[in-house]
Amino acid sequence: MALYSEKVMDHFRNPRNVGVIEDADGVGEVGNAKCGDIMKMYLKIDDDVITDVKFETFGCGSAIASSSMATELIKGKPVSEAMELTNKAVAEALDGLPDYKMHCSVLAEEAIRSALEDYEMKKK
Amino acid sequence: MAIYADNAATTKISDAALETMTKCMKENWGNPSSLYTVGQDAKEVLEISREEIASLINADPREITFTSGGSEADNQAIRSAAAIGKRKGKMHIISTAFEHHAVLHTLDALKAEGFEITLLDVHENGLVIPGEVEAAIREDTCLVTVMYANNEIGTIQPIREIGQICRKKDVIFHTDAVQAVGHLPIDVAADNIDMLSASAHKFHGPKGVGFLYTRKGIPLTNIINGGAQERGKRAGTENVPGIAAMVTALKEACAGMEANAASLSAKRDALIKGLGAIPHSALNGDAVRRLPGNVNFCFEGIEGESLLLLLDDKGIQASSGSACTSGSLDPSHVLLAIGRVHDVAHGSLRLSIGEDITDRDVEYIIRSVGEVVEYLRSFSPIWRDLTSGKKQFIL
Repeated sequence: MALYSEKVMDHFRNPRNVGVIEDADGVGEVGNAKCGDIMKMYLKIDDDVITDVKFETFGCGSAIASSSMATELIKGKPVSEAMELTNKAVAEALDGLPDYKMHCSVLAEEAIRSALEDYEMKKK
Repeated sequence: MAIYADNAATTKISDAALETMTKCMKENWGNPSSLYTVGQDAKEVLEISREEIASLINADPREITFTSGGSEADNQAIRSAAAIGKRKGKMHIISTAFEHHAVLHTLDALKAEGFEITLLDVHENGLVIPGEVEAAIREDTCLVTVMYANNEIGTIQPIREIGQICRKKDVIFHTDAVQAVGHLPIDVAADNIDMLSASAHKFHGPKGVGFLYTRKGIPLTNIINGGAQERGKRAGTENVPGIAAMVTALKEACAGMEANAASLSAKRDALIKGLGAIPHSALNGDAVRRLPGNVNFCFEGIEGESLLLLLDDKGIQASSGSACTSGSLDPSHVLLAIGRVHDVAHGSLRLSIGEDITDRDVEYIIRSVGEVVEYLRSFSPIWRDLTSGKKQFIL
């Protein structure tokens, strides 16, 4: 019996979009070291479309997999659509997460939203 | 490559113990409470086992009660001492902050029943100071319970000294020796131990069996009520094959103890040296007063579960005190008890090596842990903050 789905393990072992965007248009960081999870998202946005996204995560296997999946789900999408991303969508795309790991998908949703809010703020 | 380095969680049953077990199931399957031959044959296996266990820890056979394992033994020992205390109006118990949950949760339950619990500091090195035990003992103290060796960081407590103090002060002394029995020489008489818990699967015996040593004159309180097995103190048809196999395993462990400890300590120290060379890492627990097979480190900037999963991919099976491996938000209470802050306690790794480990395995573990830690740090936002000077290193 495996702890995680194949999809979670794939995104954990081969995380997509890992890294930093130096001249990001929006940056969001959520979580804290005390709880053992921190996610940081970097967005490059052109004409309100997310052209590039990178992440850095300190956390467990599902936190890394959730970050990776979330970046895949919003890459190339308009900002308005990315704002609608839910933790449920992240978890479903990973073929599910154990109940006590659902907060990892929540963190991914919050990290994306935080980066988008940062972008909106900078735009003003 | 497959290296099992989680022997503190459980050990693989030894061939000899397994053989004893299957032989007993085939030949001595009777109920020891039955008066006919097959029953009495099983009874004989049971009583010989009791004598052998007793002699291996320098106790009397009547002082051994077989249980389902360490947790049950801990529960029964503490409940029994509490019941004796309560009858005398003594409702204060002393323990430590880094006991196994079988002890801590039993103490929580007693607290709810009106007992007062003092948890001693285990200091940065994970060791209890005997003088602090003495200072904590009061007129109404009915029990001191301190583990022999810690299950996470492997530190070995000054049991003999604590035992002496308790004997002098006439307080019952219990020790959860689940990690020690079969790995360290145990002498309940010399160590002044009144009660001791042990579990077979920690020394290459089967799961679901253990024992409680209780010094003559200390009455036990039942946890399991029913038949008159174990002098009426632990009901339920005895797990004769498991008990017989536990004896085989403990005899083997004791016979090879000195040689195993010497060889394991050398490998443990090589691991400590190798892993200690990883930047911003720290050994948890005293470097010298620790179990021969225990290595426990914190690595700053990473989280333990991802470390374990990637090590598993490399064939190394170990454990961690991170919150994510326990299903709670808090990391290991043991690491917090020795003063590790949450941030670094999440990045812990416990390797509990067994007799089968080779020098090549040791090198492979050091190399693999180094690679995985470096990889995880490469995309850790905490590590970025630490290396850019935005945050101060703790380790």
